Amino acid sequence: MRRTVVRVVVDYDLCESNAICMQVAPEVFEVRDDDFLYVLNETPGEEMRAKVEEAVQRCPKQAISIAVD
Amino acid sequence: MALTNALIVGASLAGIRAAETLRRDGFDGPIAMVGDELHRPYDRPPLSKQVLAGEWAVERTALLEDDAVDGLELDWHLGRRATRLDLSRREVELDDGALLGFDGAIVATGARPRTIPTGGLTGIHTLRTMDDAMAIRAGFEAGPRVVVVGAGFIGAEVAATARMLGLDVTLVEAAPAPMERGLGRELGMVCADLHRDHGVDLRLGVGVEGFEGTGRVEAVRLSDDSTVPADLVVVGIGVVPNTDWLEGSGLTIDNGVLCDETCLAATGVVAAGDVARWPNRRFGEVMRVEHWDNAVEQGVAAARRLLVGEGAGTPFEPVPWFWSDQYDRKIQLAGRPNDADEVTVVTGAIDERRFAALYRRGDRLAAVFGMNRPRHVMQYRQLIADGASWDAALESASS
Repeated sequence: MRRTVVRVVVDYDLCESNAICMQVAPEVFEVRDDDFLYVLNETPGEEMRAKVEEAVQRCPKQAISIAVD
Repeated sequence: MALTNALIVGASLAGIRAAETLRRDGFDGPIAMVGDELHRPYDRPPLSKQVLAGEWAVERTALLEDDAVDGLELDWHLGRRATRLDLSRREVELDDGALLGFDGAIVATGARPRTIPTGGLTGIHTLRTMDDAMAIRAGFEAGPRVVVVGAGFIGAEVAATARMLGLDVTLVEAAPAPMERGLGRELGMVCADLHRDHGVDLRLGVGVEGFEGTGRVEAVRLSDDSTVPADLVVVGIGVVPNTDWLEGSGLTIDNGVLCDETCLAATGVVAAGDVARWPNRRFGEVMRVEHWDNAVEQGVAAARRLLVGEGAGTPFEPVPWFWSDQYDRKIQLAGRPNDADEVTVVTGAIDERRFAALYRRGDRLAAVFGMNRPRHVMQYRQLIADGASWDAALESASS
C-alpha cells in the first residue's frame, strides 16, 4: 500500500505573509525578514497533518490548501 | 450525554469554523445552521478593502468552496433570524415561526454597527455586510467627497481604500488618536501620520454633531463648529453584540453572551466570535474580542466544548491578534495593550514605517505591534503565549 502524502500548496497571489501559519506549524512555514513566506517542507507527512489543517483554517487569506497525492 | 442534535445560530466565520470542527472531530448527527443574510457564508475582511476597491468579485470572498459546503451536510436556514432561545424546551424560534430543537447550540450571532441619527438622509452608510459594501462601492463610482466617521479599523481601512481610489477623504475621530482602543495612543499617532501622508484630512479629538442636506447628505457638522462637505459618509464607530434575541432566555447577557472560561454559556450552549464574552485566564480579564482570528479559534474551541458534554472542557485562553491592511502597510497587533503600557521599538524604525514595538506592563510583555513586520509579531505573540517576562522579550530582540 502506498503511503498517503500530504502536500502543502500555497497560493502566493493570495498570501499576504500574516505569518499565522508560522506560529501554528513552524516546522512547515517560515516568514523571513524579507516578509515572504517560505514552505520549509512541502510534504510534511501524516503526523503534521493536524497542524497543517489548522494553518489552512486560520490563514486570514485562505491561501493555504492541502493536496493529497 | 453525548451530542446528538446540533444547532448553530450565526452563519459567518465563527459559525462555519464551528461546523467544520464538529464534522472533523467525528460528529455525524444533524447540524442546523441559521444565518440572517441570504448570501452563502463569506469572509468580511475584504469588504473594506478588495471588495470596496472593486478588485474582487463577490464570489472570491466565499468562506467555503461549494463542495466543502456540501461535505458538511448542514441543514441551512439562510435569510432567517433567530428570535428566541428556550433553554428548558431546548429550542430556538426563527422569524418565520419555525422551531428548531437542539441538545447542543452554538451562539455565533456576531455584532452589528453602532449608528448615529441620520435625520433620514441617504448617503450615510455603515459597513458590516456584503450588501453594505456593495452600496458603498456603488456610491464610490460617482467620485464623491467622502467623510469617514470613526478612525477605528473599519474607518481607517475605508479611508485608505477611498484614497487609493483617488477620492477626497476626511476622517473624523473623537479620540486623540486613530485606532486608539486597539493600539494605544503612541502607535495610533504613527498611523495618524500614515493617513496624513496619503492625503487624508484627519480631524482628531472632534465629534460629529449632525448631518446636513436635503434628502441626501451634503455636509457633516462637527463639534468644533466646522462643517465638512460630504457626498458620501461611512460611519465606523464600533459594534454592539447581537444578543437582543437572547433577552429573557436565562443566559447572562452583559456586553455579549457571558460564558465560562471554556466558552460554555449554559448546559449544552456555547458562544463564539464577536458575540461571546468570557474570562481569558491568560490575561486575568473578561474579554469580548472582535477579531477575525478569534472568531476562528473560538469557533473551534466552542464546538469542541459542546462535544465534551458534561466533561470539564479546556479553558480558552488565546493571545488576541489582528491585522489591518492600510495603503501598502500591514498593521498587526498581538496581546492586550493599554494606555499605561510603556512602548519600546525593538526592530526597524518608526519613520521607515517598518518596525516592531513591544508594550511593557510591569515586568511582563503585554503586547506587540508591527508595521510590515509579520515575522516579529508572530514571534512575540508566541512569547506572550509562553508568559515571557519583559527581560526575556528584550533578550530575544537583541539575539
